[in-house]
Amino acid sequence: MTALLSLSGLTKAYPGVIANDDVSLDIAAGEVHALLGENGAGKSTLVKMIYGLVMPDTGSMAMNGAPYAPAEPRAARAAGVGMVFQHFSLFDALSVAENIALGMEHAPKMRELSRRIREVSDTYGLPLSPDRIVGDLSAGERQRVEIIRCLLQDPKLLIMDEPTSVLTPQEVEILFQTLRKLSAEGTAILYISHKLEEIRSLCDSATILRLGRVVGTCVPRETTARDMAEMMVGKVLATPTRATSQLGDVVLSLNGLSLPSPHAFGMPLRDIHVTLRAGEVLGIGGVAGNGQDELLAALSGEMTAGPGMIALKGEDIGRLGPTARRVRGLLSAPEERLGHAAAPDMSLTENAMLTGAAREGLERRGMLDWAAARSFAKRIIAEFDVRTPGPGNAARSLSGGNLQKFVIGREVLQRPDVLVVNQPTWGVDASAAAAIRQALLDLATGGAAVIAISQDLDELMEISDRFAALNEGRLSDPRPAQGLSVEEIGLMMGGAHGMEVAHV
Amino acid sequence: MIRLEKRPEPSRGFAWAAPILAVIATFFFGGLLFAFLGKDPVQSIVTIFWQPLFGEFAFYYRPQLLIKGAPLVLIAIGLSLGFKAGIWNIGAEGQYIMGALFGAGVGLAFYPAQSAMVFPLMVLAGAFGGWVWAMIPAVLKVKFGTNEILVSLMLVYVAEQFLASMSLGLMKNPEGFGFPGSRNLQQYASAHNAEIVADTGMHWGVVAAIIAVIFAYVLLARHRLGFAIRVTGDAPRAARFSGVNPSRLILFCLGTSGMLAGLAGLFEVSGPSGVVSIDFNVGYGFTAIIVAFLGRLHPVGILLAGLLMALTYIGGDIAQSQMGLPAAAIQVFQGMLLFFLLAFDLFTNFRLRLGRVEVA
Repeated sequence: MTALLSLSGLTKAYPGVIANDDVSLDIAAGEVHALLGENGAGKSTLVKMIYGLVMPDTGSMAMNGAPYAPAEPRAARAAGVGMVFQHFSLFDALSVAENIALGMEHAPKMRELSRRIREVSDTYGLPLSPDRIVGDLSAGERQRVEIIRCLLQDPKLLIMDEPTSVLTPQEVEILFQTLRKLSAEGTAILYISHKLEEIRSLCDSATILRLGRVVGTCVPRETTARDMAEMMVGKVLATPTRATSQLGDVVLSLNGLSLPSPHAFGMPLRDIHVTLRAGEVLGIGGVAGNGQDELLAALSGEMTAGPGMIALKGEDIGRLGPTARRVRGLLSAPEERLGHAAAPDMSLTENAMLTGAAREGLERRGMLDWAAARSFAKRIIAEFDVRTPGPGNAARSLSGGNLQKFVIGREVLQRPDVLVVNQPTWGVDASAAAAIRQALLDLATGGAAVIAISQDLDELMEISDRFAALNEGRLSDPRPAQGLSVEEIGLMMGGAHGMEVAHV
Repeated sequence: MIRLEKRPEPSRGFAWAAPILAVIATFFFGGLLFAFLGKDPVQSIVTIFWQPLFGEFAFYYRPQLLIKGAPLVLIAIGLSLGFKAGIWNIGAEGQYIMGALFGAGVGLAFYPAQSAMVFPLMVLAGAFGGWVWAMIPAVLKVKFGTNEILVSLMLVYVAEQFLASMSLGLMKNPEGFGFPGSRNLQQYASAHNAEIVADTGMHWGVVAAIIAVIFAYVLLARHRLGFAIRVTGDAPRAARFSGVNPSRLILFCLGTSGMLAGLAGLFEVSGPSGVVSIDFNVGYGFTAIIVAFLGRLHPVGILLAGLLMALTYIGGDIAQSQMGLPAAAIQVFQGMLLFFLLAFDLFTNFRLRLGRVEVA
C-alpha cells in the first residue's frame, strides 16, 4: 500500500514544551485514519503542520512520494489538503455562498458557485441552500458549510478536527455516511477525536499520541474503547463512583421559565418546567447553541426572569441578581473559563473573591478582606489539586484543566444548595475530568442538587440521575438516565435537524 | 522577523519600569528634537525640568506646580476610575466648566454677603454642576446605549457656549465697564479659595486632590466597588457573572469623574483664576486624560504624573520665553511622553521574540 501522505520524524518544540516529538505516520488514499489523544497530546500541532499553519523544526513530509512542505495553508490546499476546523470561521451576517466565496482563492461568479454548492451538497447528502444566512443555521448546518467549502476544492486528504462535538447522534451518523462515501471515492480522511466509540465505528486505523509522542497504533474495530483510552492516558482509568443517596425535598423549580434571546444570534428560552430535589444530579444535553448559555445565565442571575418563574426552596428568586442568589445557595459555573467564569489577567486570589465574597465572608460592609480571599484561594488549590505556583498567579497562566478545577472547586467549596455547571469538563484532560465529575457526584451525595449542562453525552450518562435535553430553547421532560438508549437521547435532542442520509 | 508574544503573566517589573523608560526616552528624543531646532538640547531639558524647581526664580514657580498640578490630579483620578472599567469620559473639560459656572454662580448670587457658609455652598454647587453634566452621557448610555465618548465630548462644546453666554450675560460684572467676565471672586473674601499657607500654592483644590488620591487608592485596593471596576475592565462578562450591575457602575464612574472635574473647576474659578471669562478653560480636562494614562490609572501614579505634567507646562513656558523654543515643540515634547509610555507599556503584557512567523 503506497502512502498518500507520509510523515517521518516530525518534531516541533515551543518554549517550554515539545508539542510533537519524532512523530511518523502514513495515510493511504481512501483510508480513514484516526488521530487520538488527550488535550495537549499534540494532535492540533501535528495537523497544523500538515495544513501549513506551523513549520516543523525537524522531520519531513511526503505527498505521493514527492517532498511536501507547505509554507502556508494556501499551498496545502493547492496540494489537495482540506481542513474542517473545530471552531467555525464563518460570518453570521453573510449567506452560505458568500461565506464559501470568501474562503476561495479564485471564487467563481455567485450563480456558478451556488450551482456547484447545490451539486456537491446533493452528491454527498448535505442539503444546504446557498442563499441562507449563516446566522440562522444550526451548528450541524454550519459544519456542512465548512465541509462543502473543503469539498469544492476536491481534496485528496480531508482533515476533520473534532467534528462531532456539535452534532446530535443522528447528525453524527449522517456525517459518517458522507465520510464513508468520500473514503470510498478515494479521499483520505484524517479524523481527530477523543470519542472512542465513534472512532471504532468509522476509522480504519488509528495513531495514538501522548505528550507529543506516538505511543501506539491500532485497528480501532479490533480494539476495545477502554484499551484505547488507557493508551491515550497512559494509566488505568478510574470510573467516577457515587454512593447511593436518598433524594430530599424539592430545592429548585422552574415554572414556565421563558426569556427573550439576549442578542441577535442567541436562543430564547421557551417555557421551561423542571423541578430538582436535594441530592440529585440533573444532566442537560443538547447541541451547542440551543439555549445552554442562556439557561445558565437565567439561573446564575446574569439574566433576570419574570415573577414566579424560578423558585429556590420555595422562595421566588427570578428577579434577584447573582449575588443575592449566591447568598441563598444557588451557585453556578459558566462554560467559558477565561473571561466569564474567571477574569484572565487577575490573580487566583482575586478570582476567588469574584464569586466567593458573599458566602465565604470575604467582605465586611463593602471592604474586602484580601487575606481571607488568599486563604480561600489556597484552599481551592489544595483541595482540587490545581497545578500553579500559587494564588498570586494570573488566571490566564493556568492550563485549561487546572483553571477549570479552580472554577469548579471555587463553587463546590462554597457548599451550594444548588450548583449549575455548563460544560464542566470541556477541553479538560481525562484525569482532571474524572476529578471534576467525582467532585460533582460527592456534592450531590452530600445533599446538594446539581444541574450539569454538557454536550458530552458519555459524561452525562455517567453522572446524571435524570436526563433532559435542550432543543431550540425548550427543555424536554426529564427521564431517568439509567437505561436511556442513544436513539432516545438523540430524539430528545431534536433528531437530525432536517438532515438526510447520503445516497450512497 | 520580530514579533510580539503574549506573556503568560503580566510583568510586574515592566509595569514599574515603563514610566521611567518613557521619561528617559522622552529626554533623549526630545533633546534630539530641540537640537534639530538649533537649541542646546541639554540646556533645553534643564530649563524645562530644573529651572522651575531649583532655578533662580523657583520661589515663583514652585507654587505654580501645585496650582497647575491640583486640577490635573483631581480630574485624572476621577477619569481613571471609569477608564479602568472601560467607561470613557472624554468630556471632563465640559464638566470642569460647568462645575466652575455652578460654583461661581452660587458665590456671585450671595455677593456681597459675608458668611462662612458661602464657600462650602459653592463647593457643593461645583461638585453638583460637574456631576449633572456627566450624568447626561451616563443616563443616555444606560437608557439608550449611546456612546459616552461622543456624548461627553460634544457636551464640552455645549459647556463652552454656556461659559461664553454667562461671561457675556448673566454673570457679567455690573461694575466691569462693559468688559466681558464676572466679578473677581478673589476680591470677595467669603467666596475666595485663598491659599491656606501663603506663597505655597496650597489652596483647597490641592487638599481635595490629595483626599481624592487617598480615596481612590482605598476604593480600588480594598472596596467592593473598586474591585467591581477592575473586574469590569478586565472581563465584563466575568464582572456580570460575579454580580456587578453594569448600569450602576456606569452611573457611578461617570458621576464621580464629573463631580471631581466640577470641583476642579470650582477651585480654579474661585482661586487662581478668580473670574468667569470666555477663556476660563485652558484644557485641564483633556490633559488630565494624558495624566491618567501616564500614571497608569493608579492613584499614586496619577499624583506623580500630574506633578510631572505640571512641571512640563511651567518649564515649557520658561523655555519658550527664555530660549525661544516654539510652543508647538513643547507640545510635541509632552506628546512624546504619552507616546513612549504607551509603547513601553506594551511590554508589560508582551515580549519581543526573534524568529519565524507562525500562526498558532
